[in-house]
Amino acid sequence: MKENWPKLIFVTLVLSFFTFTFYLYTSTNFIYTKEYNRPIAQRGELIWQKYNCQSCHQMYGLGGYLGPDLTNIISAKGRSEAYVLALVQTGNTQMPSYNLTEDEKKELIEFLKSTDASGVSDPRSFKINLSGMITKNGK
Amino acid sequence: MESENKTGKYFLALALIMLILGLVFGVLAATNYIHPGYSKSWLNFSQLRPIHVSCIVFFILIGASGCVYSGLNFIAPNKIKKPISFIQLGLWLIAIFLILFAYLNSEFGGREYWEFPPKYSIIIAAAWLLFLINFIRVVIKIKKWPVYIWMWMTGIFFFLLTFSENYLWEFPYFREHFVKDMTIQWKVNGSLVGSWNQLVYGTAMFLMEKLTENKKGAKSNLAFRMYFLGLANLMFNWGHHIYTLPTENYIRYVSYIVSMTEWIFLARIIYMFRQTLNEAEKLSHHFPYRFLFASEIWVFLNLMLSLIMSIPAFNLYTHGTQITVAHAMGTTIGINSMILFGACFEFLRRNNSSILKPSKILNFFFWMTQISLFVFWITLIIIGINRGLWQMGPQTDSFSTMMANQSSLFEIFVIAGILLMIAMIAIAVALLNTFFRDTFLKAKVN
Repeated sequence: MKENWPKLIFVTLVLSFFTFTFYLYTSTNFIYTKEYNRPIAQRGELIWQKYNCQSCHQMYGLGGYLGPDLTNIISAKGRSEAYVLALVQTGNTQMPSYNLTEDEKKELIEFLKSTDASGVSDPRSFKINLSGMITKNGK
Repeated sequence: MESENKTGKYFLALALIMLILGLVFGVLAATNYIHPGYSKSWLNFSQLRPIHVSCIVFFILIGASGCVYSGLNFIAPNKIKKPISFIQLGLWLIAIFLILFAYLNSEFGGREYWEFPPKYSIIIAAAWLLFLINFIRVVIKIKKWPVYIWMWMTGIFFFLLTFSENYLWEFPYFREHFVKDMTIQWKVNGSLVGSWNQLVYGTAMFLMEKLTENKKGAKSNLAFRMYFLGLANLMFNWGHHIYTLPTENYIRYVSYIVSMTEWIFLARIIYMFRQTLNEAEKLSHHFPYRFLFASEIWVFLNLMLSLIMSIPAFNLYTHGTQITVAHAMGTTIGINSMILFGACFEFLRRNNSSILKPSKILNFFFWMTQISLFVFWITLIIIGINRGLWQMGPQTDSFSTMMANQSSLFEIFVIAGILLMIAMIAIAVALLNTFFRDTFLKAKVN
């Protein structure tokens, strides 16, 4: 028994890991604040990956550091679908121009609508608790 | 005379070539911060960044594989199945060629850190499966494993598991909810890094046992407790990447609690500091040990940064900023690369040759690496603090103004990066020179 304690702890940790992972995979408790077309948005996520937008841009603070976070770009003040499409087509000093097909444009916009509907990425929308934990304002 | 098993050396040599490529492309990518779009007409940033990241990730993975093979060959001489390891190496070469070619042609499709077309991941997974088979064949015959064999086994197994999990997004079910999809993506990225850390830290434990000739340390209860703490962090602390995702609270709490156990690692480093210094005094003439000692210092610095970032209240300020980059660079360069350099100096020398003593020029590049890395790291932290204050403030300046205001800091970052590249390439070239001289010139003479 004394010899086997590393094996026992290893097995316990691995089982806990798989249980935690399974719970995470099957969890569906998500709130959407806005409407969007889910199948088109799912294809749009692949367009985001196809053009490697993540190398410069972030979603919820995760991704590249050269450009701004685009989670809520669709609903941001002074921004719109037309603005996003125009920027993608023309590019700027840093960003190359991309020649997307009409379908790709539609899918990419729907994906950005889905990220916008999933929540607010602005870290100022959180409240700091005494324990050091954070919660969304108003929750 | 028994012929030397060079399996590990070939992996280490390929790893060093990947490091050199990764460093060059890293500097080319970083220059975009001071000359925006300068490379747009030949290689844009969205190509340069993945080339840099993939080369560095491959350096760590292939280098760690080389260390495990070299270590195994020392523990159980000539037990590694050479054909399996050479097919593994061949698969890596094919994967590297196809992936770099895809990046150069702007063919992507994958996700952050693994941006290449997903079909190429099958080659990497196949190479890793062969590694697992070869590893198990050797270690299954060893009784009472020292902790570094546990770490290597964990690293190999969990890498294969989480690398497969990394492609679950190919199934539409996992892309149904964007937040869940991102949660799984960052669970995977956290565990993948944890997996290769197990391989690299296991190598550090093996090297320390070899250098100090203390066989008890790697079998002690303390070593196993630290290993399990590391394993728990590999499995559950990834949530600190996604504190700001609108996901369920239990993920934040589990991660917060598990991450805070890292204070134990920090306390251990402080408690053992005198012993570490004594060892440093005794072994400072030995070049591999110098790199291990440097990695200890970098572990201390990055652990402090990691602990701060793991407290959700501070994470609001650091998340999505260059502080995260400082942490990633500090750990991959300061910890992983230093351990792998130390291992290369130990494993790439010929059997029975005298201990590799540092020449004046190598010593110079060693210190140049440490100093330029420190400047690089601190500059990123300062840039990150400024960005953190901006993102939590009233944001009166636009994103581009905030970035432009930091141009002088970005210049320091790029200059330090260039110096770091020169120093690390010089060390890598010296090691490759040893490898090629010993392997090919010796073969020619024979």
